[in-house]
Amino acid sequence: MTTARSPRSRKLSYALSRVALYVAVIIGAIAFGLPFVWMVRTSVMPKLQVYRFPPEWIPEELRWEFFGVVFAPIKYGGAVEYSFPKWLQNSFYLSTVTAVGAVLSSSLVGFAFGRLRFRGRDALFLVLLSTMILPQHVRLIPTYLLFSKLGWVGTYKPLIAPTYFAPAFFVFLLRQFFMQIPREMDDAAYIDGCSPIGLFFRIHLPLSLPALGVVMIFQFNGMWNNFFLPLLYIRDIAKYPVAIGLRYFQGRFRQTQIQALMAASLISLIPPIMLFFFAQRRMIQGIVITGIKG
Amino acid sequence: MAIGLEQHVEQKSRRILGIKARSRPRSLAQREELYAYLFLTPWIIGFVLFTAGPMIAVFGISLFRTNFLTETYYVGSKWWRAVFTDMLVRKALLNTLYYVAVSVPGGTCLAMTIAILLNQGMKAQSVWRTIYFLPSLVSGVAVSVLWQWLYHPDIGLFNDLLDKIGIVGPQWIWSSEWAMPSIIAMSLWGAGGAMLIYLAGLRGIPTVLYEAAEIDGAGTWRRFWHVTIPMLTPTIFFNVVMNLIGSWQVFTQAFVMTEGGPNNATLTMVLHIYRTGFQSTFFGYASAQAGLLFLVILIFILTSLRSTSFWVHYERV
Repeated sequence: MTTARSPRSRKLSYALSRVALYVAVIIGAIAFGLPFVWMVRTSVMPKLQVYRFPPEWIPEELRWEFFGVVFAPIKYGGAVEYSFPKWLQNSFYLSTVTAVGAVLSSSLVGFAFGRLRFRGRDALFLVLLSTMILPQHVRLIPTYLLFSKLGWVGTYKPLIAPTYFAPAFFVFLLRQFFMQIPREMDDAAYIDGCSPIGLFFRIHLPLSLPALGVVMIFQFNGMWNNFFLPLLYIRDIAKYPVAIGLRYFQGRFRQTQIQALMAASLISLIPPIMLFFFAQRRMIQGIVITGIKG
Repeated sequence: MAIGLEQHVEQKSRRILGIKARSRPRSLAQREELYAYLFLTPWIIGFVLFTAGPMIAVFGISLFRTNFLTETYYVGSKWWRAVFTDMLVRKALLNTLYYVAVSVPGGTCLAMTIAILLNQGMKAQSVWRTIYFLPSLVSGVAVSVLWQWLYHPDIGLFNDLLDKIGIVGPQWIWSSEWAMPSIIAMSLWGAGGAMLIYLAGLRGIPTVLYEAAEIDGAGTWRRFWHVTIPMLTPTIFFNVVMNLIGSWQVFTQAFVMTEGGPNNATLTMVLHIYRTGFQSTFFGYASAQAGLLFLVILIFILTSLRSTSFWVHYERV
């Protein structure tokens, strides 16, 4: 087992292990990337080629017409027309409005938990942490009852309102950021006659803009990908977000055109991916903070 | 200007909280406390309305027969007795257990493996990291729709690949035997989020520990088992718990790709709750099922918490 090896064979075995490592990572990366490749390949394939058996990988010619199909108005119930651009617009609206709400409310609460001293803080924080592990779907029916009593079913309010009441996950994230800001800042501000409100708006908010950005991106993506809530609350096709609208390319209005379905899905993936490339470093930092220090 | 606003807010909140105005300036600590509760207000309201309230109410509603519109009457423990005898609920519970039991350990192992590989000082690490992470970023309907076609027995990607190496592929999501494994395999595609966390956890392990182990004569394997894994256990624990909770609530894939089928092979708890409540409008019965799901998740969480003393290693370095 522990035979002394010559430096040369050691070097060789190191080189071999490096090769094995790269081979493994590259094969894995191909496996993880392949579904995306397939998606793009399908969306630009000529009409009948996708149905050929066995499947062909390379499109005979590039066809962009299905992206046009996606953006064309969809006739539903005769006169009324709804379309994919409208659904995209709805998703943008919902994602933005909830992102703003999440930042506003959770920064206030995160600041209180991270920076202010008050009785019962640790106990309350424990309550907050334990709400993070409460399964959301268990609370679905009473929440639905509440919103239906308020007459909000069919509107965007059930999707928007909860984000304005400090989602626990974001409070936790921002608290961790606020706690990193040096205490001396607070003391200096208090000595200069600042109140906690001034301290929050003039010092902590400007210093934690990157963290607020992370919360906005997380909430934006979360709402963008959210399927269940709009499924429950949104009935009107004109109000659909993209996540629900996508299903309507699966042969509800007409025979499924795989290319159009893939083109629509592809477009719907663009905003979250763009945001990631835009704020990659910060986002990873945010994921790490919430994932490690639980 | 700003000072004026602050004083105004302070007076207002003092009035709301019923605290008498005092001529003597209050201590800094008291002021801070007052403001703290002011800042906390959104969360406290949200907690009562959207978290604690519904959590209690779900058990209340489960004692009624109600469609929330025309009929509501008390039925006692009827739904709770039904929940334990209903074959469909049992099926949904077992299906979801199947999903959780494979998807959580599988996802954890996969995410850790990728993280450990990427942590070996690879070139262009951020490129690989991005490739592995991207799928987890876009989880949702688009992914379900895409995988539905990847799984197509004739014109899908997977059976084509299997065909190329001479294997006749299964019917995937169209076969009651393969449908759940298909959905589980798809969930593994999203392991990238956890991978990022493990990657950061690996970087956080002090090199001193590896050096000490090496001086003590530990080889690569022993360093891995006696340094890397123990130091990573708190991260593993947290991620496993969060993954457990999420996996017990699996819904979108089953709803979009298979609609619970074939032959209820992918009927999950949340899908069944959705159907009982929102499609058949038996909200009381659906609440009892949701309550049952909560109790099951709670048992899993408490068991994991209990188990920590056996395997989770908290080290202060």
